[in-house]
Amino acid sequence: MAHIPDGVLSAPVLISGALVSTGLLGVALRRLREAELPQAAVLAAAFFVASLISVPLGPSSVHLLLNGLMGLLLGWAAVPAIFVALLLQAVFFGFGGLLVLGVNTLNLALPALLVARLLRPMLQRMAELSSPQQRRALMIGGTAGVLAVLLTGLMLAASLVLSGEAFWPAARVIVLSFIPLALIEGLVTGIVVAFLLRVEPALLRLDGGRHGA
Amino acid sequence: MLAEHGDRLAGFDPRARLILAALLALTVVSLQTSSAGSIALLAAGAIARLGGVSPQRLRYLLPLELLMLVLLLTLPFSVPGTPLLTFGPLVASREGGLLALLILFKANAVVLILFGLVGSLGAGAAVHALARLGLPSKLCQMLLLTLRQIDLVGDEYARMRLAMRARAFVPRSDRHSWRALGWLIGMLLVRSLARARRVADAMRCRGFDGQLRLPQRLRWRRRDTLLLLGALPLLAGLLLLDRWGWGGWTGWAESRLAGGV
Repeated sequence: MAHIPDGVLSAPVLISGALVSTGLLGVALRRLREAELPQAAVLAAAFFVASLISVPLGPSSVHLLLNGLMGLLLGWAAVPAIFVALLLQAVFFGFGGLLVLGVNTLNLALPALLVARLLRPMLQRMAELSSPQQRRALMIGGTAGVLAVLLTGLMLAASLVLSGEAFWPAARVIVLSFIPLALIEGLVTGIVVAFLLRVEPALLRLDGGRHGA
Repeated sequence: MLAEHGDRLAGFDPRARLILAALLALTVVSLQTSSAGSIALLAAGAIARLGGVSPQRLRYLLPLELLMLVLLLTLPFSVPGTPLLTFGPLVASREGGLLALLILFKANAVVLILFGLVGSLGAGAAVHALARLGLPSKLCQMLLLTLRQIDLVGDEYARMRLAMRARAFVPRSDRHSWRALGWLIGMLLVRSLARARRVADAMRCRGFDGQLRLPQRLRWRRRDTLLLLGALPLLAGLLLLDRWGWGGWTGWAESRLAGGV
């Protein structure tokens, strides 16, 4: 439910979302060098496919957002990756909408960028070490997953509430439903990061020659 | 890829279809009455039909309806207005119900418009038209590459999933399953990175220099201009109806009944 459909949000929210997303996308594209395009595109495709996996949770199942993991692995390139995924989902799968694309991108990309800023340098330093520390990788991945999903949930709720006071109950339902999602996302992201540290630490060091987020 | 069969709008320039889709979406989103919303939904259904959207595709609308359900269940109680139903201390208002209905109509209408006008173009043609309309070339390249790779990475995923099934993996809500799925995602990423390196090498071998080359030439014809010009008065009419109205369906029915008596 991370994709808000069209027709729900008010014009000021839609316009601010579109403006900020366009700005972020502009910065991200400028930082993305041509040589890195294939890599960013293939990883974006991988995240798209991985987000379709249904993960059992209690009596039902959930789909992961993976924006925390994207922030960790892709840094700024997470922004176009998220935008591309959302555009394709809106046009071909009916998730989300056209005019809300900006808000939806922002709600997923901003947490990814925050994770990239806070946790990515730690992870990259750890990937340089000769003796990998599984437990810390699990912690960093877990924090990234929980943080990104909770932030996305809050931003989603904020987009609704800023569009109208009447959305308060719906926003509350959404935030509540994001808490179990954040926990499972944290767990799986931690497992993925620990796995990558063991199997392919190069994936954790992708930075295209630029340091920092 | 992903193109629909029986697209009866294929005669129009893809750019005209994208512009029309944006105009329609903008109009639909700015509607304020559920009566106008219902007309928009009917029109969007007709457009989807013209675009040859198959009924199977409509099942993609289900996740959307889940969020709609949350709104339909909460909005009547959170919008103050004329009471319609009362459950103990909870009062469902007519205004809240109408607002929920309006949102339901608008959200579905926009998705149907996108399916009919953009989705049915097929991904390649749609991105092509976006590039011609001025979307940054890096973004277009990423769209095209990602689209292609989703198919390939999807195959890779299906293969790995099959291997897990062959080892009797059944996903359950336990630690073992979550770890297995985490490793699956990790492995998918590892293989994707290897694939990305091969793709990048292959692209360089074929002289990739970061430029986006668009081999097809699009032709904007008079009918494309006419399509857009024809749509404008219809959209304006819908907006006028929405603002000054004809009293909505109930008002319309009442006036018909009054006239009949």
